[in-house]
Amino acid sequence: MNPENYLYLSSILFVIGAVGVLVRRNAIVVFMCIELMLNASNLAFVSFARLNGNIDGQVVAFFVMVVAAAEVVIGLAIIVTIFRTRRSASVDDPNLLKL
Amino acid sequence: MNDFPVLSILGLLPFAAAVVVGFLPHGRELLAKQIALVVSLVMLALTVAMAISFEPNAAEPFQFVEKTPWIEQFGISYALGVDGIALVLIAMAVSLGPVVILAGWNDADDNERHRPQTYFALLLALLGTIVFVFAATDLFLFYVAFEVMLIPVYFLIGMFGRGQRTYAAVKFLLYSLFGGLLLLAALIGLYVVSARELGTGTFDWTLLAGMPIDPDTQKILFAGFFFAFAVKAPMVPVHTWLPDAAASATPATSTLLVGVLDKVATFAMLRMVIPIFPDASEWAAPFVVTLAVISIVYGALVAIGQTDMYRLIAYTSVSHFGFIILGIFAFTEIGGSGSVVYMVAHGLSTAALFLVAGFLVKRRGSSLIPSFGGVQRVAPLLAGFFLVAGLSSLAMPGLASFVGELTVLIGSYQRWPVAAVIAVIGIVLSSLYVLIMYQRVAQGPETENVKGMRDAVPREVVVFAPILALTLAVGIFPKPVFDVVNPAIERTYSFLQVAPVEPEVPVGDVTTDGAATDGEDS
Amino acid sequence: MNAAAVVHWSEGGQQVVSDATGVFGLTWLLIALPLLGAVVLLLGGRRTNSFGPLLATALVGVAFLLGLVQFLQMVGEPAADRSFAQSLFTWAPIGDFSVDVGFQLDPLSMAFVLLVTFVGGLVHVYSLGYMANDPDRRRFFGYLNLFVASMLLLVLASNYVLVYVGWEGVGLASYLLIGFWNAKAEYATAAKKAFVMNRVGDIGMSLAIMLMVTTFGTTAFSGVFSGVEQASSGVVLAMGLLLLLAATGKSAQLPLQAWLGDAMAGPTPVSALIHAATMVTAGVYLIVRSNPIFDLSDGARLAVVLVGVLTLLFGAFVGTAKDDIKKALAASTMSQIGYMILAAGLGPAGYAFAIFHLLTHGFFKAGLFLGAGSVMHGMDDEVNMRRYGGLRKAMPITFITFFVGYLAIIGIPPFAGFFSKDKIIEAALADNVWLGVAAILGAGITAFYMSRVVFMTFFGEQRWADDVHPHESPRSMTVPMVLLGIGSVVLGYVLYSGSRIVLWLEPVVGPEEEHELGIPVLAITAIIIAVTLVGVAIAYSMYLRKPVPVQAPLGTVVTRAARQDFYQDAFNESVFMRPGQYLTRFLVFFDNRVIDGFVNGSAALIGGGSARLRRWQTGFVRSYALSMLAGAVLVVGVLVLVRL
Repeated sequence: MNPENYLYLSSILFVIGAVGVLVRRNAIVVFMCIELMLNASNLAFVSFARLNGNIDGQVVAFFVMVVAAAEVVIGLAIIVTIFRTRRSASVDDPNLLKL
Repeated sequence: MNDFPVLSILGLLPFAAAVVVGFLPHGRELLAKQIALVVSLVMLALTVAMAISFEPNAAEPFQFVEKTPWIEQFGISYALGVDGIALVLIAMAVSLGPVVILAGWNDADDNERHRPQTYFALLLALLGTIVFVFAATDLFLFYVAFEVMLIPVYFLIGMFGRGQRTYAAVKFLLYSLFGGLLLLAALIGLYVVSARELGTGTFDWTLLAGMPIDPDTQKILFAGFFFAFAVKAPMVPVHTWLPDAAASATPATSTLLVGVLDKVATFAMLRMVIPIFPDASEWAAPFVVTLAVISIVYGALVAIGQTDMYRLIAYTSVSHFGFIILGIFAFTEIGGSGSVVYMVAHGLSTAALFLVAGFLVKRRGSSLIPSFGGVQRVAPLLAGFFLVAGLSSLAMPGLASFVGELTVLIGSYQRWPVAAVIAVIGIVLSSLYVLIMYQRVAQGPETENVKGMRDAVPREVVVFAPILALTLAVGIFPKPVFDVVNPAIERTYSFLQVAPVEPEVPVGDVTTDGAATDGEDS
Repeated sequence: MNAAAVVHWSEGGQQVVSDATGVFGLTWLLIALPLLGAVVLLLGGRRTNSFGPLLATALVGVAFLLGLVQFLQMVGEPAADRSFAQSLFTWAPIGDFSVDVGFQLDPLSMAFVLLVTFVGGLVHVYSLGYMANDPDRRRFFGYLNLFVASMLLLVLASNYVLVYVGWEGVGLASYLLIGFWNAKAEYATAAKKAFVMNRVGDIGMSLAIMLMVTTFGTTAFSGVFSGVEQASSGVVLAMGLLLLLAATGKSAQLPLQAWLGDAMAGPTPVSALIHAATMVTAGVYLIVRSNPIFDLSDGARLAVVLVGVLTLLFGAFVGTAKDDIKKALAASTMSQIGYMILAAGLGPAGYAFAIFHLLTHGFFKAGLFLGAGSVMHGMDDEVNMRRYGGLRKAMPITFITFFVGYLAIIGIPPFAGFFSKDKIIEAALADNVWLGVAAILGAGITAFYMSRVVFMTFFGEQRWADDVHPHESPRSMTVPMVLLGIGSVVLGYVLYSGSRIVLWLEPVVGPEEEHELGIPVLAITAIIIAVTLVGVAIAYSMYLRKPVPVQAPLGTVVTRAARQDFYQDAFNESVFMRPGQYLTRFLVFFDNRVIDGFVNGSAALIGGGSARLRRWQTGFVRSYALSMLAGAVLVVGVLVLVRL
């Protein structure tokens, strides 16, 4: 199979993720879309590793996974806290980043 | 010279003491004050010892030299040393140390949010940076000390001041940082030039002074240095931070700020600006002298119109700094030496004015002149102090400022007659602002405002006596100061191209026994 | 105490200055004694209350005795060897320039030393009585001692910088003493006015010193005077005019005369010592001392003469209208100093007579002031002469001494003023007829206003209030008055006979210039006396023949103007003070609003700008995400474009 197809898939996934981040309001969904974007890039890394015949891309993919896992832990914790205090997980509702 | 690192000890001791004092627990306020006082006295003793072993006519520019590489990649070293000018100014600053600590003894006691420990730690830290800034012979070290100096002052005003203290502290900091930024830029430029001229870049004064720099670069670098120092000095029109700072700070802080810290600027003009950028200094001298004369007259006129004692004193300082800068840029030995004596005299007279005004304000709870009246009726001794402080500000003969003012005027007349003639108006204006203030505060019938005001207490007498003694000593017998300063001034001006001024009709000074008349060449 | 052998301008055969040895080596002590008194009294605090005044008096007395011994010694020396220099220490050495704390004792300064210590000593004694009940007497005597020390420094200094030190010192003492009773607001204002106007004069002194250093490289008398002949005429003229400016300030001459009348706010002994006998004559001293400068500049001398003659008439006219006895005497002082300045401006023909009149004036005017003080003392500090009248019976000693002083000042032979004033008028006539006429006119007016003072105070019917009980003053006050009265009688003849004063001062000011008079001297004297008697007669008809109203009549325009000192204060206020105040106010406004406004404005600009920019930070997560996306697209787009 043509490895370039993986790259196309990766970019499609990335765009879906990005659009999701921009248009969805629910923080959990936004969060999942971010995960989608991360995994899209993982796919691209792995594909390039395969294409170029070295292992660097695979290594990076592992790093990204570790970071993503850490991010999930902290991100979900934040979202849960926000939900507890505001009874909502919408990202538009509070100006989250403004004091 | 011996290897004893007296300057380092003089500079680091107060820092060490500041750390100790700052971390003293609650309830040990008195100990904090005592430590501060003792340390400042030890500094004074060290300085006296240093002054005694100083040799005025030594061949090398600096004495008590210490030099250790610091950031070798950029040719920066920890280099200290003093010439006559620096020695005199350090001596002045260190003499004021115990005085301001005693004067500020109770300044921080009724502050709810901050402890006296912090206050005295900051004062000590300020004293330490002052020593470094005068003693640094490496320009980068000077710059660091110059900027570090802002920190204690910022907190002293912001934490322990009164009135619009935050505004004043921020204004002071922004002004100074802006000046410091230009200084840093010019300093880096100078480093680059030195790398080109000398092969390796350096910040060492001994290598930079007299280094050939092409005229245009000199002018740009001069502008950077001069602006920073003009802000610090302060000269019109970049002076407005001073009245605000002085009005908000405690008298002890104001004394150190106006009396000592601002001298760094005029000191640096002599130490750095003229020897490193001689051509640009000559080029800019007419402009600088004009600004200086404007400062003299403008500062005095605005002082006359003030209603707040602290602000008034601050404006008188603007006027006095005009005299000092006029003397420096007269490029005559009389003007230069005179300006150094004027710096010392101004330090003492401002200290006297601020501190005595502080005693009055402490009693009355207001620094507005109209809230006094007839102080002499109830507190004659305090009124007497105030008058003497005022007289020293208006350059009464017998007091130090007269020596400075007269020699500055003579020296500047030799080079810039018109400027000197305008500057002389300052002597009338100074009598106006001092006497008007004195009349409103101390003379006239006893008013309700001052009923029951206490006369000076022993602590205040002890604060005032050394200042008076020093002003009188320098005023009556300034020769020792001149002897120390003259060689350094001569060296400073030796970098310039301008011809020394010779009398038109030279006559031998026949009333002396030839001691001062050698070298009469006509 | 190392003194140095010094020779200066001996080629002119004028003066040889030699080492001060023996009793002359004690010159510094003349200044140190009263200075010690001032220090002890002012720093000693209440501890010295009991003995302070006596100590102060004694120290001045010792200084007088020392001066007397020096004088007698000096008389014994040949005329050419009467100058002694003493250098204490180098004050400010800078390169080739140096100022010494050094003294020069020569016949001129000797005359002043005797005048200052003698009159000063008497005024101290007088003050023991006059100020007996003042709670602050210690401070008063401290200031008096400070004054005596400064005045002696002024006249003994051997260079202009040191003269300046003394000059400011007497100014300070004058300020402190005028404002001694500063609980009264207007007295404090008077003190301030005196100091500030003196400072205006000091501009001249400072500039003269600067000019001297620039021209000669020194301010020592010897150096300046030996070099002045080689200086350009413009420089000499400038120096002369600047010194004259200094003199007008200190000596209350036009245009800086306005402070003297107000200075009468000080206690009367102060008026006698400082504002009559000594300090105000410092300007005359300065001009006479600087005679080599004025000799070389006709322009400067002309200016001096004009100032002198205008002031002598101005003061005389003002004196005719004042009802306040001290202010009348102050106007008279101004006028008499005008005579001295006029004489000094006549050059070698007049220097000696300027000093002659200065000395006699020092005696009779101090006597008059002390008399006035004695009258006030007995009249509960009343100063309005319309409230006096017929006091000669109540205060016989005061009356006699005052009357002697009166005869001396109007120039009735053989009293002191006759000799000195006569000589000045002669010299003025010889110089220019109109000068002489003005001086004679001044003498007539002097006779009028002084007779007015005497008639209103001591003659006529009593006009004081019922609760006032005039009485003679205590011994400590009358004795000095008597001594000064004796001086007013004999001093003129003593100094005049055999041209003693002229010969005495010759080593300093040069020989008297012979002048040609068209008419015999005796005729001139007769004219002067006649004019004087006319003045007395007019005063007699106005103030003795007719009763003096207690309320001052409205008077003519001229009288009203003279009462207001010819609107000098109004003039100064409208020309200098008011515009100055407006300027100050404007500058304060300018500083607060324009300069600081610019600073605060730029701060506000940055603050405001950042507040605008801050709106971009909405806090909406999705808008940030969008901007991140846009940014990323932009970066990628640029990269792609650049790659292409």
